[in-house]
Amino acid sequence: MSANHHTHIETDIHIEKQGFDDHFHEHHEGDKFQTNFIFKYIFSMDHKMIARQFLITGMLWAIIGAAMSIIFRLQLGFPNESMAWLKPILGKWITINEAGIGSLDPEFYYGLVTMHGTIIVFFVLTAGLSGTFSNLLIPLQLGARDMASPFLNMLSYWFFFLSGAVLLYSLFLSTGPFSGGWTAYPPLSALPQASSGSGAGMTLWLVSLALFVVSVLLGGMNYITTVLNLRTKGMSLWRMPLTVWAFLVTAILALLSFPVLFSGFLLLIFDRSLGTSFYVSDIFINGMALDRIGGSPILYQHIFWFLGHPEVYIIILPAMGLVSEVLSVHARKPIFGYRAMVYSILAIAFLSFIVWAHHMFMSGVNPFISNFFVVFTLIIAVPSAVKVFNWISTLYGGNIRLNTPMLFCIGFVSMFISGGLTGIFLGNSAIDIQQHDTYFVVAHFHIVMGVAAFFGMFAGIYHWFPKMFGRFMNETLGKVHFWITMVGAYAVFGPMHFLGMAGVPRRYYRFDSFEAFQGFDDMNKFITVAAIITFFAQIMFVVNFFWSMYKGRKMTTQNPWGANTLEWTTPIEAGHGNWPGKIPSVQRWAYDYGKDGIEFTQQHVPLREGEEHSSH
Amino acid sequence: MPIVQIFHKDLPPDKIQAYKFALWIGMASIIMFFAAITSAYLVRKPVGNWYEFKLPVQFFYSTILIVLSSVFIEDAYRSIKAKSEARYKRAIFLATSFGVSFIIMQIISWKAMVATGLFIDLNVSVSFLYVISGFHALHVIGGLVALLISLLNAFLYEFKPDPLRILKSDLVRQYWHFVGILWIYLLVFLILQ
Repeated sequence: MSANHHTHIETDIHIEKQGFDDHFHEHHEGDKFQTNFIFKYIFSMDHKMIARQFLITGMLWAIIGAAMSIIFRLQLGFPNESMAWLKPILGKWITINEAGIGSLDPEFYYGLVTMHGTIIVFFVLTAGLSGTFSNLLIPLQLGARDMASPFLNMLSYWFFFLSGAVLLYSLFLSTGPFSGGWTAYPPLSALPQASSGSGAGMTLWLVSLALFVVSVLLGGMNYITTVLNLRTKGMSLWRMPLTVWAFLVTAILALLSFPVLFSGFLLLIFDRSLGTSFYVSDIFINGMALDRIGGSPILYQHIFWFLGHPEVYIIILPAMGLVSEVLSVHARKPIFGYRAMVYSILAIAFLSFIVWAHHMFMSGVNPFISNFFVVFTLIIAVPSAVKVFNWISTLYGGNIRLNTPMLFCIGFVSMFISGGLTGIFLGNSAIDIQQHDTYFVVAHFHIVMGVAAFFGMFAGIYHWFPKMFGRFMNETLGKVHFWITMVGAYAVFGPMHFLGMAGVPRRYYRFDSFEAFQGFDDMNKFITVAAIITFFAQIMFVVNFFWSMYKGRKMTTQNPWGANTLEWTTPIEAGHGNWPGKIPSVQRWAYDYGKDGIEFTQQHVPLREGEEHSSH
Repeated sequence: MPIVQIFHKDLPPDKIQAYKFALWIGMASIIMFFAAITSAYLVRKPVGNWYEFKLPVQFFYSTILIVLSSVFIEDAYRSIKAKSEARYKRAIFLATSFGVSFIIMQIISWKAMVATGLFIDLNVSVSFLYVISGFHALHVIGGLVALLISLLNAFLYEFKPDPLRILKSDLVRQYWHFVGILWIYLLVFLILQ
């Protein structure tokens, strides 16, 4: 206790001596935002509060999205069981026959699959992950008072909220939500008569996603500007923690790719409402030829995947950044190959823009053009492997604390390897002929960008929970959560590889009427049971989260993990502006762990006598 | 309260000011938006079923208007820097007027197209023209809002050429030049196609 007290005072003295005085607290504009309940908790312009808003909204969406997957997993695992008990929740989407057997409406099944994808990809793993941690960590780790524009930052959250509200509303339409898959390919998405969800459901889906793009652009503009303009004294780019590097590159990706998606959506809206023929042609619907000429659905796929592929890195890069930081802190070792980590983030980001057509090998694109995309897709394995190698090397010989955040980091590396390897299969256009649109693809992307990104997010939540709420999450529940999730995720997605190799297609409502797929009944049951168990472990996490917010062990020191980055130099209850006096100046890089026999040296601590900068 | 707020009042000189930087990032994403639409145009055209028609001549008149508007916004920025009130007021008024006339001329162009039977759903080539010019016009209207605010400021309030005003004027100027150049790019693109 006294040792901690000692470092407390030492930190304050360092900040007072070397800190940078920006006269923040001399004018009141910084503090007036928190004057009453509404401006403190609802229309907050404090980045720490906005981060918590993103996180909790993201968690609500995660529960909804995951619950949907449980419902369609029940259908796939137990197609003959009665679902009448779900009638109170799903209402008319459960039809009960004379024998009292309730079955899920096939149209609604597609709606569930579509909403599950949309919600998890956009609301949880984009807004919930990078929205939360970019907001929390960029200003804190860079020594900034707040984002470049707190007002646009607040708007970014509220556009996200609105976008969510619109999508939520679409779930309750009598014609059902959009049900043409989260990628919204035309003609299902372009023609209101294509399916019942393609009418009002699709209109709301488009409105929701357009609002979401606005939210991402406002957020991203702020993140990039803040990182490049508002770093504290001494914080050169090469001294930034890897988290901030990852958030910066993520925001750049988002700013370059989301406008493209937006333009694709606009053309889709024109096709839907003004009778243009960007994507639809004179196809036959109900025996009638459509009065459109020459539109190309492949054009939509090109535009969609030009966003879609960078989007998967928008999801995974922040997770990588969080893992790099948390892994290093809890291994008590500097991150191995810091510069290689940064260069590989940049390489992945660059490559992500020239591989999009690997989602379209089977759409009839020229096979010679496919070759180009195969080569660049496989090259992504190189920077990814560099990162994996560096994470493992950081662990090697480390003084590892096997606490919950660390476990999730190791779990992340495991998932990233397993899911990454199957990517090499799918990236080959020849093998993709067999694997395309099968459960192999489902297994691949769920492990590599779904589970892995969630693990990165969990590592981040357990690690920075004390920074957000001043308390710790329960460690025992955390470990139970980890182990069930780790084993559960492999139990769910592992068997899907076999389904996929046997050619079982994704998005089908039931398989028992197909001779070829009947042998997989037990496997589908197993997957469903595993999914249910894993789902309940996540509920346990949510309970732990909210319980710990009020009842968790209190944080009594500024820097409980012994980490080097600047967020741990702020007071436990940091007000608006983050530091009560001056802002700390940065004297060294973020990874001086175990240097000269000293366990850790924080970034604001000046070089000791005779000490030299770590070479990195 | 200013829309963009910076807490660091004395930024080190080697760091670009956050205001301008945020605007450039916004411009980059607008460029990506139009790059996507013009690429879609290029991908779609060789597929066939493409109706050829002449661009409305009014597009060239509107080009002149937006260039004139850009000239006067430049003049407005220079005169606020030179602290010359009368010149500033005249320049900002003319810039706004030419900006509004640009939008009016675009509407006239679309009306002329409709009058010759070029409806939006006639052919995808026509649809593209409406999409490109229409969304460009929306971006111009965004800039016009800023111009109108500057105009109101200029005529309703005291003339105060302080650094913050000059910076704001610079931001408006940069965005306005940007939509002007964007229009010229789009027009050249359409002519070449």
